[in-house]
Amino acid sequence: MPAADLSAELEAHRGYLLRVARLQLRDEALAEDVVQETLLAALSGSGFSGKSTLKTWLTGILKHKIVDAIRRKRREPVASAEFGDIEAELDIEDFDALFKANGAWEAPPADWGDPEEALNQRQFLDILDFCLQKLPPNTARAFMMREVMELETDEICKELAITANNLWVMLYRARMALRHCLEQNWFAQRTVGA
Amino acid sequence: MIRKALGHVISCREVSRLLSRSQDAAIPPWQRWRLRAHLAICDACARLERQLRFLRLAMRKYVQ
Repeated sequence: MPAADLSAELEAHRGYLLRVARLQLRDEALAEDVVQETLLAALSGSGFSGKSTLKTWLTGILKHKIVDAIRRKRREPVASAEFGDIEAELDIEDFDALFKANGAWEAPPADWGDPEEALNQRQFLDILDFCLQKLPPNTARAFMMREVMELETDEICKELAITANNLWVMLYRARMALRHCLEQNWFAQRTVGA
Repeated sequence: MIRKALGHVISCREVSRLLSRSQDAAIPPWQRWRLRAHLAICDACARLERQLRFLRLAMRKYVQ
Protein backbone atom coordinates (compact mmCIF):
# COMPACT_ATOMS: atom_id res chain seq x y z
CA MET A 1 0.00 0.00 0.00
CA PRO A 2 1.51 3.39 -0.99
CA ALA A 3 2.77 5.40 1.99
CA ALA A 4 0.34 8.29 1.45
CA ASP A 5 -2.68 5.98 1.39
CA LEU A 6 -1.54 4.12 4.51
CA SER A 7 -0.97 7.40 6.31
CA ALA A 8 -4.50 8.56 5.54
CA GLU A 9 -5.96 5.23 6.57
CA LEU A 10 -4.09 5.28 9.85
CA GLU A 11 -5.28 8.84 10.59
CA ALA A 12 -8.86 7.65 10.21
CA HIS A 13 -8.31 5.46 13.28
CA ARG A 14 -6.87 8.19 15.49
CA GLY A 15 -10.21 9.09 17.12
CA TYR A 16 -10.96 5.52 18.10
CA LEU A 17 -7.42 4.91 19.41
CA LEU A 18 -7.65 8.09 21.49
CA ARG A 19 -10.90 6.92 23.07
CA VAL A 20 -9.34 3.63 24.17
CA ALA A 21 -6.15 5.32 25.39
CA ARG A 22 -8.08 7.95 27.38
CA LEU A 23 -10.15 5.32 29.14
CA GLN A 24 -7.03 3.43 30.09
CA LEU A 25 -4.69 6.28 31.03
CA ARG A 26 -7.04 9.05 32.24
CA ASP A 27 -4.46 11.57 31.09
CA GLU A 28 -5.23 13.51 27.93
CA ALA A 29 -1.65 14.50 27.09
CA LEU A 30 -0.32 11.02 27.74
CA ALA A 31 -3.13 9.47 25.71
CA GLU A 32 -2.29 11.69 22.76
CA ASP A 33 1.41 10.82 23.02
CA VAL A 34 0.69 7.12 23.12
CA VAL A 35 -1.62 7.31 20.10
CA GLN A 36 0.94 9.33 18.19
CA GLU A 37 3.62 6.73 19.01
CA THR A 38 1.24 4.03 17.85
CA LEU A 39 0.54 5.65 14.50
CA LEU A 40 4.24 6.35 13.95
CA ALA A 41 5.14 2.77 14.78
CA ALA A 42 2.46 1.56 12.38
CA LEU A 43 3.68 3.83 9.63
CA SER A 44 7.33 2.91 9.97
CA GLY A 45 6.95 -0.75 10.88
CA SER A 46 6.31 -3.50 8.40
CA GLY A 47 4.14 -5.70 10.62
CA PHE A 48 0.80 -5.41 8.88
CA SER A 49 0.21 -8.54 6.84
CA GLY A 50 -3.42 -7.86 6.04
CA LYS A 51 -4.57 -11.00 7.89
CA SER A 52 -6.40 -9.09 10.62
CA THR A 53 -8.14 -5.79 10.11
CA LEU A 54 -6.10 -2.61 10.29
CA LYS A 55 -8.04 -1.64 13.40
CA THR A 56 -7.21 -4.87 15.21
CA TRP A 57 -3.54 -4.57 14.29
CA LEU A 58 -3.38 -0.94 15.46
CA THR A 59 -5.10 -1.87 18.71
CA GLY A 60 -2.41 -4.49 19.28
CA ILE A 61 0.32 -1.88 18.94
CA LEU A 62 -1.65 0.53 21.14
CA LYS A 63 -1.97 -2.06 23.91
CA HIS A 64 1.82 -2.43 24.09
CA LYS A 65 2.34 1.33 24.09
CA ILE A 66 -0.21 1.74 26.89
CA VAL A 67 1.45 -0.94 29.03
CA ASP A 68 4.84 0.75 28.46
CA ALA A 69 3.39 4.14 29.43
CA ILE A 70 1.86 2.71 32.60
CA ARG A 71 5.15 1.09 33.59
CA ARG A 72 7.10 4.28 32.91
CA LYS A 73 4.62 6.27 34.98
CA ARG A 74 4.94 3.96 37.93
CA ARG A 75 8.68 4.40 38.07
CA GLU A 76 8.27 8.14 38.40
CA PRO A 77 7.33 9.69 41.76
CA VAL A 78 3.73 8.69 42.10
CA ALA A 79 1.38 11.50 41.18
CA SER A 80 -1.64 9.31 41.49
CA ALA A 81 -4.01 12.17 42.19
CA GLU A 82 -5.51 11.88 38.74
CA PHE A 83 -6.68 8.39 39.56
CA GLY A 84 -8.30 9.41 42.79
CA ASP A 85 -8.69 7.39 45.90
CA ILE A 86 -8.56 3.71 45.08
CA GLU A 87 -9.95 2.81 48.52
CA ALA A 88 -13.35 4.11 47.56
CA GLU A 89 -13.42 1.69 44.62
CA LEU A 90 -12.60 -1.39 46.68
CA ASP A 91 -15.82 -1.59 48.64
CA ILE A 92 -17.94 -4.51 47.53
CA GLU A 93 -20.78 -3.51 49.85
CA ASP A 94 -22.06 -0.77 47.50
CA PHE A 95 -23.29 -3.44 45.15
CA ASP A 96 -25.11 -5.27 47.90
CA ALA A 97 -27.88 -2.73 47.28
CA LEU A 98 -28.69 -4.84 44.21
CA PHE A 99 -29.76 -7.62 46.58
CA LYS A 100 -32.17 -8.00 49.46
CA ALA A 101 -31.00 -8.83 52.96
CA ASN A 102 -31.56 -12.53 52.29
CA GLY A 103 -29.33 -12.37 49.20
CA ALA A 104 -32.08 -12.54 46.57
CA TRP A 105 -32.23 -10.00 43.72
CA GLU A 106 -33.87 -6.69 44.49
CA ALA A 107 -34.55 -6.18 40.76
CA PRO A 108 -33.62 -9.25 38.72
CA PRO A 109 -31.85 -8.87 35.38
CA ALA A 110 -34.29 -8.29 32.51
CA ASP A 111 -34.56 -10.51 29.46
CA TRP A 112 -32.20 -9.15 26.79
CA GLY A 113 -33.59 -11.32 24.02
CA ASP A 114 -30.82 -11.94 21.47
CA PRO A 115 -28.17 -9.45 22.61
CA GLU A 116 -25.59 -10.41 19.97
CA GLU A 117 -27.65 -8.58 17.36
CA ALA A 118 -26.75 -5.35 19.14
CA LEU A 119 -23.05 -5.87 18.41
CA ASN A 120 -23.60 -4.97 14.76
CA GLN A 121 -25.06 -1.60 15.60
CA ARG A 122 -22.91 1.52 15.83
CA GLN A 123 -25.25 3.06 18.42
CA PHE A 124 -24.81 0.11 20.75
CA LEU A 125 -21.03 0.56 20.77
CA ASP A 126 -21.61 4.25 21.54
CA ILE A 127 -23.78 3.26 24.50
CA LEU A 128 -21.08 0.82 25.66
CA ASP A 129 -18.60 3.68 25.44
CA PHE A 130 -20.93 5.88 27.49
CA CYS A 131 -21.21 3.18 30.16
CA LEU A 132 -17.45 2.65 30.26
CA GLN A 133 -16.92 6.39 30.79
CA LYS A 134 -19.13 6.23 33.87
CA LEU A 135 -16.87 3.75 35.64
CA PRO A 136 -14.65 5.16 38.40
CA PRO A 137 -11.07 5.59 37.13
CA ASN A 138 -9.22 2.72 38.81
CA THR A 139 -12.10 0.35 38.14
CA ALA A 140 -12.08 1.35 34.47
CA ARG A 141 -8.35 0.75 34.21
CA ALA A 142 -8.55 -2.67 35.79
CA PHE A 143 -11.49 -3.65 33.63
CA MET A 144 -9.84 -2.46 30.40
CA MET A 145 -6.63 -4.28 31.29
CA ARG A 146 -8.58 -7.48 31.78
CA GLU A 147 -11.14 -7.31 28.97
CA VAL A 148 -9.46 -5.21 26.28
CA MET A 149 -5.77 -5.83 26.82
CA GLU A 150 -6.54 -9.37 28.02
CA LEU A 151 -3.87 -9.36 30.70
CA GLU A 152 -3.88 -12.13 33.29
CA THR A 153 -5.02 -11.21 36.78
CA ASP A 154 -1.57 -11.49 38.34
CA GLU A 155 -0.14 -9.14 35.70
CA ILE A 156 -2.86 -6.58 36.45
CA CYS A 157 -2.31 -6.89 40.20
CA LYS A 158 1.38 -6.18 39.71
CA GLU A 159 0.71 -3.17 37.49
CA LEU A 160 -1.83 -1.63 39.82
CA ALA A 161 -0.13 -2.74 43.06
CA ILE A 162 -3.29 -4.37 44.39
CA THR A 163 -4.17 -7.79 45.77
CA ALA A 164 -6.06 -10.44 43.81
CA ASN A 165 -9.04 -9.84 46.07
CA ASN A 166 -8.96 -6.10 45.36
CA LEU A 167 -8.95 -6.88 41.65
CA TRP A 168 -11.88 -9.28 41.87
CA VAL A 169 -13.90 -6.67 43.72
CA MET A 170 -13.13 -4.04 41.08
CA LEU A 171 -13.92 -6.35 38.17
CA TYR A 172 -17.16 -7.40 39.90
CA ARG A 173 -18.14 -3.76 40.36
CA ALA A 174 -17.27 -2.95 36.75
CA ARG A 175 -19.28 -5.84 35.34
CA MET A 176 -22.33 -5.24 37.51
CA ALA A 177 -22.28 -1.51 36.76
CA LEU A 178 -21.87 -2.06 33.02
CA ARG A 179 -24.59 -4.70 32.95
CA HIS A 180 -26.97 -2.33 34.69
CA CYS A 181 -26.03 0.61 32.47
CA LEU A 182 -26.48 -1.40 29.26
CA GLU A 183 -29.81 -2.68 30.46
CA GLN A 184 -31.07 0.80 31.34
CA ASN A 185 -29.76 2.53 28.24
CA TRP A 186 -30.21 -0.10 25.57
CA PHE A 187 -31.92 -3.41 26.32
CA ALA A 188 -34.75 -2.17 28.50
CA GLN A 189 -35.80 0.17 25.72
CA ARG A 190 -36.24 -2.55 23.17
CA THR A 191 -39.40 -4.64 23.28
CA VAL A 192 -38.60 -8.29 23.64
CA GLY A 193 -41.00 -10.65 21.93
CA ALA A 194 -44.63 -9.79 21.29
CA MET B 1 -39.64 -28.22 48.51
CA ILE B 2 -36.41 -29.06 46.67
CA ARG B 3 -36.28 -25.50 45.24
CA LYS B 4 -36.38 -24.09 48.75
CA ALA B 5 -33.75 -26.49 49.99
CA LEU B 6 -31.38 -25.75 47.14
CA GLY B 7 -31.98 -22.02 47.61
CA HIS B 8 -30.43 -22.23 51.07
CA VAL B 9 -27.18 -23.51 49.69
CA ILE B 10 -26.13 -20.27 48.00
CA SER B 11 -27.70 -16.83 47.53
CA CYS B 12 -28.08 -14.84 44.29
CA ARG B 13 -25.70 -12.27 45.72
CA GLU B 14 -23.02 -14.89 46.26
CA VAL B 15 -23.74 -16.37 42.82
CA SER B 16 -23.23 -12.98 41.18
CA ARG B 17 -19.79 -12.71 42.80
CA LEU B 18 -18.87 -16.27 41.84
CA LEU B 19 -19.97 -15.75 38.24
CA SER B 20 -17.77 -12.68 37.94
CA ARG B 21 -14.86 -14.44 39.62
CA SER B 22 -15.20 -17.43 37.28
CA GLN B 23 -14.37 -15.12 34.38
CA ASP B 24 -10.93 -14.52 35.83
CA ALA B 25 -9.97 -17.62 37.79
CA ALA B 26 -10.88 -21.26 38.11
CA ILE B 27 -13.25 -21.77 41.01
CA PRO B 28 -13.00 -24.88 43.21
CA PRO B 29 -15.17 -27.87 42.21
CA TRP B 30 -17.44 -27.63 45.27
CA GLN B 31 -18.18 -23.97 44.49
CA ARG B 32 -18.81 -24.88 40.88
CA TRP B 33 -21.33 -27.47 42.03
CA ARG B 34 -23.18 -24.97 44.21
CA LEU B 35 -23.18 -22.51 41.33
CA ARG B 36 -24.57 -25.03 38.83
CA ALA B 37 -27.22 -26.16 41.30
CA HIS B 38 -28.38 -22.58 41.80
CA LEU B 39 -28.33 -21.69 38.09
CA ALA B 40 -30.46 -24.72 37.33
CA ILE B 41 -33.34 -23.27 39.36
CA CYS B 42 -32.82 -19.50 39.24
CA ASP B 43 -33.82 -17.74 36.00
CA ALA B 44 -32.53 -14.37 37.19
CA CYS B 45 -29.01 -15.68 37.81
CA ALA B 46 -29.09 -17.73 34.62
CA ARG B 47 -29.74 -14.43 32.83
CA LEU B 48 -26.88 -12.80 34.67
CA GLU B 49 -24.54 -15.59 33.52
CA ARG B 50 -25.54 -15.05 29.87
CA GLN B 51 -25.26 -11.30 30.22
CA LEU B 52 -21.78 -11.46 31.71
CA ARG B 53 -20.67 -13.70 28.84
CA PHE B 54 -22.19 -11.23 26.42
CA LEU B 55 -20.38 -8.34 28.10
CA ARG B 56 -17.04 -10.07 27.52
CA LEU B 57 -17.98 -10.60 23.88
CA ALA B 58 -19.03 -6.96 23.55
CA MET B 59 -15.66 -5.78 24.88
CA ARG B 60 -13.85 -7.86 22.26
CA LYS B 61 -16.04 -6.28 19.60
CA TYR B 62 -15.45 -2.82 21.06
CA VAL B 63 -11.82 -2.97 19.99
CA GLN B 64 -12.31 -4.66 16.63
